[in-house]
Amino acid sequence: MARIIVVTSGKGGVGKTTTSAAFGTGLALRGFKTAIVDFDVGLRNLDLIMGCERRVVYDFVNVIQGEATIGQALIRDKRLPNLAVLAASQTRDKDALTQEGVGRVLDDLSREFDYVLCDSPAGIEKGAHLAMYFADDAIVVTNPEVSSVRDSDRVLGLLASKTRHAERQDGKVNEHLIITRYAPKRVSKGEMLSLQDVQDILSIPLLGVIPESPTVLQCSNAGTPVILEDKSEAGQAYGDTVARYLGEARPLRFVEEEKGFLRRLFGG
Amino acid sequence: MATRPSSVSRVQACELKGAGFTFTVLKVFDADPERIARQVTRRIQQAPDFFKGAPIVLDLQAVPEGDWDLSTLVERLRALDLVPVAVRGADGAHEQQARTLALGVLAEGRSAAGEPRPTVVEATPTTRLVTEPVRSGQQIYAKGDLVVVGPVSHGAELLAEGSIHVYGALRGRALAGLRGDRSARIFCRVLEAELISVAGYYRLAEDVEPALRGQGAQIYLDGENLHVLPL
Repeated sequence: MARIIVVTSGKGGVGKTTTSAAFGTGLALRGFKTAIVDFDVGLRNLDLIMGCERRVVYDFVNVIQGEATIGQALIRDKRLPNLAVLAASQTRDKDALTQEGVGRVLDDLSREFDYVLCDSPAGIEKGAHLAMYFADDAIVVTNPEVSSVRDSDRVLGLLASKTRHAERQDGKVNEHLIITRYAPKRVSKGEMLSLQDVQDILSIPLLGVIPESPTVLQCSNAGTPVILEDKSEAGQAYGDTVARYLGEARPLRFVEEEKGFLRRLFGG
Repeated sequence: MATRPSSVSRVQACELKGAGFTFTVLKVFDADPERIARQVTRRIQQAPDFFKGAPIVLDLQAVPEGDWDLSTLVERLRALDLVPVAVRGADGAHEQQARTLALGVLAEGRSAAGEPRPTVVEATPTTRLVTEPVRSGQQIYAKGDLVVVGPVSHGAELLAEGSIHVYGALRGRALAGLRGDRSARIFCRVLEAELISVAGYYRLAEDVEPALRGQGAQIYLDGENLHVLPL
């Protein structure tokens, strides 16, 4: 049985899909069979970030409605043989998703894969609800900014009450926090919430901090998961994050303000 | 003329005397007459003669409080050839119903076997304990006091008929003494609340002295004034 991981946030534009693509690719790089499912029906994006948008024939909704098999709809990654994407439908809306149908698709995927990542849409309505419903683990993506943190807090409340584990009272969803677009320089200027501020409010374990980096946008446009850019800070930070998820100890990097050349030289 | 015992005078038609009898007590745990009837029937089948026409006392002490019909239960038992004679441990409404059904109401005290009666557990409002963080959008209601161990986020709401204690940061709303208890108080270790209220008197975050924000504080009502004092 696969572990089902939901990548969620409440707020839009904080980096859920970027994180889903990077994290899923990271698990595949470690040798795990990984599927990433786009739950954002009507606003399909994951295929673009993963660079497989030209190969979408069938999608998630087709499979739920029995118009295609899961095997037909899964898009195998060209870079990593054990990575696959299930695209969202662009022509439908969230009402095309049913709890029973989603459960069936995730069951099917669980048989073949080690990890199934559910890339949640923004908001707390049906699409987001179904993306989190079957989860074993949750990755909550937050920007160091008050509205994003508050929305994540709301989502954490839903994870504790509106998931299958909560309803069956058979354990809880493991919550992990990833802070994206972190800019230490702006934190020290007081323009951005610090790691400590965010953790104070959300009080869940921190899985990773992804620094603000132009590479993220370049990778999105190129259809390359940023974790594959292992020279970039963001790519390395995602690598650390995946390692921590798998139980390895990694120190937090890229969270202190970069020191100038001379100060670095003299350890100032 | 028949001889009478000498102790009984002819002018007396009757005499009151105290006497102890052994009754079968039917302890009721569930207010569903059908379930009770089924279980009693099974018992009767094991010893039909013993139970035939047996007077029984209904012990209602363990029945969860609520609206249920005593007369249905009595009817079912009579249909099984039992003779309910009295009730014990009934709440006010069911005691009243027992009287209308011409059943005796036995006083509190020791049971026939001499074992001490368990004390009646009053449905007093108890303290509600919350050990998880209270997230934005969540609402927690306590009939008595409310104790929150973790933080209470912006947009979360604590409602208590008694007092509220928060050991993490209080960033949401806290309303104590919800049903008018003016002696209720709010205690918190880090006061960053959006709104605090006791018995309907409230203060918004901007009405709290800036010096008190982020501090440990207690909030209580004195007359018409809601006071915020550092802890």
